[in-house]
Amino acid sequence: MTALREPGAFSAALRHPAFLVGLVLTGIFVVAALVSLVWTPFDPSRLDIPDKLKPPSATHWFGTDHFGRDMLSMVMVGARVSIAVAFVAVGIGMTLGIPLGLYAAAHRGSLVDEAIMRGNDLVFAFPSLLLAIMITAVFGPGAVNAIIAIGIFNIPVFARLARGAALSLWTRDFVLAARVAGKGRIRISVEHILPNIANLMIVQATIQFSLAILAEAGLAYVGLGAQPPLPSWGRMLADAQTMISFAPHMALIPGLAIVFTVLGLNLMGDGLRDLFDPRLRRQRR
Amino acid sequence: MTRNRIAVAAASLLALTLGLGVAPASAARTDITVGMQLEPPNLDPTAGAAAAIDEVVYANVFEGLTRFAADGAVLPALAESWAISDDGLVYTFTLRSNVTFHDGTGFDAEDVKFSLDRARSADSTNAQKGLFADIASVDVVDPVTVRITLSKPNGSFLFNMAWGDAVIVAPETAADNATEPVGTGPFTFVAWTKGDNVELARSGQYWGTPLKLDKVVFKFIADPTAAFAAMMAGDIDAYPNFPAPENLPQFAADARFQVLVGSTEGETILAMNNKKAPLDNIKVRQAISHAIDRQAIIDGALFGYGTPIGTHFAPHNPAYLDLTGQSEYDPAKAKVLLAEAGVADLTLSLKLPPPSYARRGGEIIAAQLRDVGINTEITNVEWAQWLEDVFKAKNFDLTVISHTEPMDINIYGRDDYYFQYADPAFKAIMADLDNATDPAKRTGLLQAAQKKITDDAVNAYLFQLAKAGVADAKIKGLWLNSPTQATDMTGVYWEE
Amino acid sequence: MMRFVLGRLVSLGLSLVAASLVIFLVMEVVPGDPASFMMGINADPAAVEALRRQLGLDAPLLSRYLDWVAGLLRGDFGISYTYKVPVSELVAERAAISLPLTLYALALSTLIAFPAGIIAAARRNSAADVTVMGATQLGVAIPNFWFAMLLVLVFAINLRWVSAGGFPGWDAGFWPAMKALTLPAIALALPQASILARVMRSALIDTLSEDFMRTARAKGLSEGQALRRHALRNALIPVLTILGLQFSFLLAGGIIIENVFFLPGLGRLVFQAITQRDLIVVRSVVILLVVAVIVVTFVVDLAYALADPRLRRPAP
Repeated sequence: MTALREPGAFSAALRHPAFLVGLVLTGIFVVAALVSLVWTPFDPSRLDIPDKLKPPSATHWFGTDHFGRDMLSMVMVGARVSIAVAFVAVGIGMTLGIPLGLYAAAHRGSLVDEAIMRGNDLVFAFPSLLLAIMITAVFGPGAVNAIIAIGIFNIPVFARLARGAALSLWTRDFVLAARVAGKGRIRISVEHILPNIANLMIVQATIQFSLAILAEAGLAYVGLGAQPPLPSWGRMLADAQTMISFAPHMALIPGLAIVFTVLGLNLMGDGLRDLFDPRLRRQRR
Repeated sequence: MTRNRIAVAAASLLALTLGLGVAPASAARTDITVGMQLEPPNLDPTAGAAAAIDEVVYANVFEGLTRFAADGAVLPALAESWAISDDGLVYTFTLRSNVTFHDGTGFDAEDVKFSLDRARSADSTNAQKGLFADIASVDVVDPVTVRITLSKPNGSFLFNMAWGDAVIVAPETAADNATEPVGTGPFTFVAWTKGDNVELARSGQYWGTPLKLDKVVFKFIADPTAAFAAMMAGDIDAYPNFPAPENLPQFAADARFQVLVGSTEGETILAMNNKKAPLDNIKVRQAISHAIDRQAIIDGALFGYGTPIGTHFAPHNPAYLDLTGQSEYDPAKAKVLLAEAGVADLTLSLKLPPPSYARRGGEIIAAQLRDVGINTEITNVEWAQWLEDVFKAKNFDLTVISHTEPMDINIYGRDDYYFQYADPAFKAIMADLDNATDPAKRTGLLQAAQKKITDDAVNAYLFQLAKAGVADAKIKGLWLNSPTQATDMTGVYWEE
Repeated sequence: MMRFVLGRLVSLGLSLVAASLVIFLVMEVVPGDPASFMMGINADPAAVEALRRQLGLDAPLLSRYLDWVAGLLRGDFGISYTYKVPVSELVAERAAISLPLTLYALALSTLIAFPAGIIAAARRNSAADVTVMGATQLGVAIPNFWFAMLLVLVFAINLRWVSAGGFPGWDAGFWPAMKALTLPAIALALPQASILARVMRSALIDTLSEDFMRTARAKGLSEGQALRRHALRNALIPVLTILGLQFSFLLAGGIIIENVFFLPGLGRLVFQAITQRDLIVVRSVVILLVVAVIVVTFVVDLAYALADPRLRRPAP
């Protein structure tokens, strides 16, 4: 955050090619998702069975699927679903994980710290996809349960990162000064530690966002994501699987949508890390 | 990188469509690898409902007193012949005398008594226990004669005894049949590589017509893409129930393969919860029936394989009535019916089990219902969940399912069955049917039953599930139709 | 050091107890009764009840949990509801595929990642570096099941070099088995290789900028020699950590790939068991996987502690 307000940060961003590419790629999908809220070329749930499996054409830019639905419209709405699921899941991870990590760091070595860290290890120890499948087996498939399943695995990521970063700050002079001034641990965590780890969290959030999109696609592919008629990229791929040998566009288009979105987010995350970290920026030169 | 991959994919796709693949030359083989979608959970047909069990062992490893032929007729099997008393209560079966179990022990009337008593006992875990409900006693007359006394006449008793659940097992080995099946059939069990295949070999001591095959491997490939590739690569010789109808045109266009399209006993229906408002209103149910375009579902979900039905009865049965006209596709009429019923802003739950006919068909139905103003909330469920939620708890409005048991119109007379019909008039027809043995009278009753459920629009009747299989062009003797869930390999051979 | 190890052992034990409770309880609330699943839709209710008794599903919750844990401690994982064979037998059969597949994928990923990471680090900002980094970005962005689908399309359906799925079994010989595992291993290795190459590169770059490296170069070693003699060894620690994590991830994370290629591995065993409500198999396999990860984490923690001078000094 602070780094972007530095003089020249904006122009530095513009001169960072990977960041720019990432920004543009991500931007395309975010815009597509937003536009899909008000307009899509066709109704993505309108079936037109005589017009099925058509390759890309002037009418249907991305072709039609096995029910004759317009794939461009489906990809646009699918972007919305993917982004929404990933956004909320990472949000859950951040809002629960960061406070846990900060609290653990503020009480380093205490029983609570140990409990939080072991709890994290426990969640990490569960094979993530298996746990997601178990969660959906309990609560039934659907976008909300996909969010919960992915969100749970984001909590320890942020808790660990926040704790690690906070620990190194607790030894710094400005924190010591605050303690001398009589501020409580929680207050120091909120007022002094949190602003200083925000950059790191934002970079990690970008990476987690891309992982969440991949996870959502995986869950939807095995049938545990958003339910029809809401389109989702993972389910589009699952539908395409048996048709790949005669309608390859059905598999290529949603697959490429996932690749480009994840690629865009990762490039943006790497770029942000460079831009936030002056030491790295200097190294690059 | 990505663009190259597309180019490779496109180029190789072209090669595929041009039919560049060459079949390896083969002389008359005596082994066959058969693809199946689901792996059986165990191999004991008398202790489990999974169709996959019968698809491996029925007629191959295990046999009953009677058996189904490829056309659905009931033929003698372990019973050579039988006599029925005039009151229809006593069946006297004469057994074959030259039959042995695969473990070398002989087959006799005691085995029949053991098997039937086991299936109808209090702690029986036979999934079709109802088949034996009318048996009052089983008596051994002599080693080759067994007398079965019924508590009331049952016109379909011989038919019941042909089911996989009614096969004859030996007391010595019955407990281990789940993992090491021992039967009287033409093939003996060799090995089961869990998760991959079951291997059978020709039995040295089979009583019936000598076999042409020495070895049968049932290979389990659930994924349709893998199944397609395995067929194309020749890893599998036949796949009698191919899971992806969309791939069949490619096989049909390839001279190496034959596509076998027949019928099954699977009436596929959009089941409705008849006791739940507003589906308790016949007008709403009729509206739903008229909102559905069966042909679009057959084309869209099954790529054209399937026969429209208008009632819960198999079209290939002589007693079938074509009642599709009574619920023809008419969205305007559906809207009128809904208005007459005073229903607006209707949202119904639609629960879909795993098979693609249900998942894809359900999506199409949802779109068709939306066109007449009915919203649906789709939930894809696994079988276990479907059984719990829909079948047991009746927590659903609509569901798509294929009822694959043969001649199962009697489910409409069951109390507390999941679609909750159990109409007294219908039950009366079923009671008459149970007591009727005259074929003409039975046909009349069966047609009355079909008419009754269509008049009441109990469920929306979609189509008869097709059996669409694919096999190497040189394989002969596979069943075209599926009167029961079985992969009878007895008459299968490779043409030279 | 002893205190550290003991503390870790205690929390390891607590983690295992917590994990077993979580798994057991989740499996309890999963809707769907194993017995009615096995008996199907026309089943007689009395027959379903008989089966429930036979499977021991009518016992109280606590006694079933304790039975299960006691069995685990004795090495008895129970009998599969559906397959009716000991779970340990099933696990052994499936592990004979999952384990080699995991090792194969890791070997491939290491073979790709090490040279790529080294080249990228040695020639930082060169065309080679940019290419490697770009490729790894793509590698982590491609969903492995989609990549697997494309591999099947090209190499199995069209070129027919390998079969599209299934596993001939190790009885069929080493090479046919390896051939069946090749496409799945490639699909699994791609993202892992990308991650590993990136870790390798940044670890090398970090060590290259450290003082002892500057000394080494000052002594007249060329950049390449310095890299080989000193930097590689030092960069290996983070790389091995990642490899350890990837091992446990791949062992369980191959579910989707095992499904695409129809490999009868551990992941597919669990997936099938969940849909068939073979709860005893699910419980036992998941706890095994969790134990594997917890133990690997424990070992990595110990290794770190040993490498950390602050902990090494008081050690005997």
